[in-house]
Amino acid sequence: MSDLNVLFAGFGGQGILFAGKVMAYAAMIEGKELSWLPSYGPEMRGGTASCSVCISDKAIGSPLVVNPDVLVVMNLPSLEKFENDVVPGGLIIIDSSIVHKKVARTDVNVVYVDASKLAEDNGLKGAANMVMLGRLFKETGFCSAENLDLGLQKSVPARKANLLDSNRKAIALGIES
Amino acid sequence: MNEKVLMKGNEAIAEAAIAAGCRHFFGYPITPQTEVAAYMSKRMPKIGGVYLQAESEVASINMVLGAGAAGVRVMTSTSSPGISLMAEGISYIAGSDVPCLIVNVQRGGPGLGGIQPSQADYFQATKSTAHGDFHILVFAPSTVQETVDMISTAFELGDKYRMPAMVLSDGMLGQMMEPVVLPEAKEPDNDSKDWAVSGHGGKREHNVVNSLYINPQELEDLVKARFERYEVIKENHQMAEEYLADDADIIIVAYGSSSRVSRSAIDAARKQGIKVGMIRPITLWPFPEKVINKHVGHAKAFLSVEMSMGQMVDDVRLVVNGRVPVEFYGRTGGVIPTPNEVLEQIVRINGGVQ
Repeated sequence: MSDLNVLFAGFGGQGILFAGKVMAYAAMIEGKELSWLPSYGPEMRGGTASCSVCISDKAIGSPLVVNPDVLVVMNLPSLEKFENDVVPGGLIIIDSSIVHKKVARTDVNVVYVDASKLAEDNGLKGAANMVMLGRLFKETGFCSAENLDLGLQKSVPARKANLLDSNRKAIALGIES
Repeated sequence: MNEKVLMKGNEAIAEAAIAAGCRHFFGYPITPQTEVAAYMSKRMPKIGGVYLQAESEVASINMVLGAGAAGVRVMTSTSSPGISLMAEGISYIAGSDVPCLIVNVQRGGPGLGGIQPSQADYFQATKSTAHGDFHILVFAPSTVQETVDMISTAFELGDKYRMPAMVLSDGMLGQMMEPVVLPEAKEPDNDSKDWAVSGHGGKREHNVVNSLYINPQELEDLVKARFERYEVIKENHQMAEEYLADDADIIIVAYGSSSRVSRSAIDAARKQGIKVGMIRPITLWPFPEKVINKHVGHAKAFLSVEMSMGQMVDDVRLVVNGRVPVEFYGRTGGVIPTPNEVLEQIVRINGGVQ
């Protein structure tokens, strides 16, 4: 894998930006070049949120992912907005607890993960983003398992260190899904 | 060496300024630059610095003038409309030969415009920041690491030539995170500026920092002396990066965010066998005329790519001076051009230069 351009998208508050940040940190520890670019502005307040993560062996050009290799999507408006932008042969990972629509395209791979339900059933409400990240990791292997965990440790601030384990469990759920 | 960390461009600006010995920040919040001020408000009280949110941009820039006149490293940051409000103060600072750092995290304009990334303040930064004959140093980073490295350069050159320095960022570079290694922290140096109005203690003549000169001849002499300094700067401090430029038939000129988009487009065009490269101005004033001039000849066409309706393209045309065509492609209002759009322009121009 030389280049991987991922677009995370969903509602504000689902941890879309955080999922991208964990990926970005893990890629940095893996020794890759990377960028993380959030959507910003009023859409962060309850509307749609998205972030672009680019990973490469060489310097990142445009950090804005227009045509993602992988779309990680956690709400219906984002699927409708970005479905057609995914590169042919690319991958769409959908939180099927929230998005009940199926992908119409036949030239992309699609993975449906019951992420929000999985999280809730395991006492990890609010950690569906990490379930999705776990599945992204399983599908793409964008870093080693060890570096993914180090990336998580770097991303969780010290004052929220008590949330580290629940995030770990959620990532594991995604990997097993 | 410091550990590599992941930082937002805006936060990196603040931390790099602190590392460069800046302990005075005056500002007023505006998207998409607010993280600079927010970061400073947390850090400055812990290190004995001053963070002050003024009542307006007008007040902020005059506080910058006061602190700069007292000889300390001082900065402000804002976004496009904020620079317009600061214009008068920036002219006073330049007319008083006071160094300072001004950060513009550009957003779409004119007017209140929008909050998405833009490069439509090029003219304002490089040509007409405010009234009167003067220039400021203008630096245009394209990565978070370069932003960090540039902050100390901006402070140092500003101090050396006693003039304001601007770092011209934009909403994309400000909001994005990239790996960065912060420089080793320097202690503030508040005593080395022998012109500063910092108290003479009865041991020397008192200094005056002023921009009012009623006698026209005195003012002309002063402005002319300043312009002689500008010539020294133009000679010695033009900065640009060349990317695949040496064998290029077509050369893109782009800075900051649009240079990153262009780099992606150039890589794609090279895969199609098109000889295209880039000159990326790192200083916008002084404009890197020498490096552009060097490539006129083997480069049969230039293309200025900007997030504006076409501003820097005028400077490219002045250097190229009609010898080869200079074209323009841009998006504005907060729209970021895609690599594919730039690639289409490269392919189109390539059809004409064979």
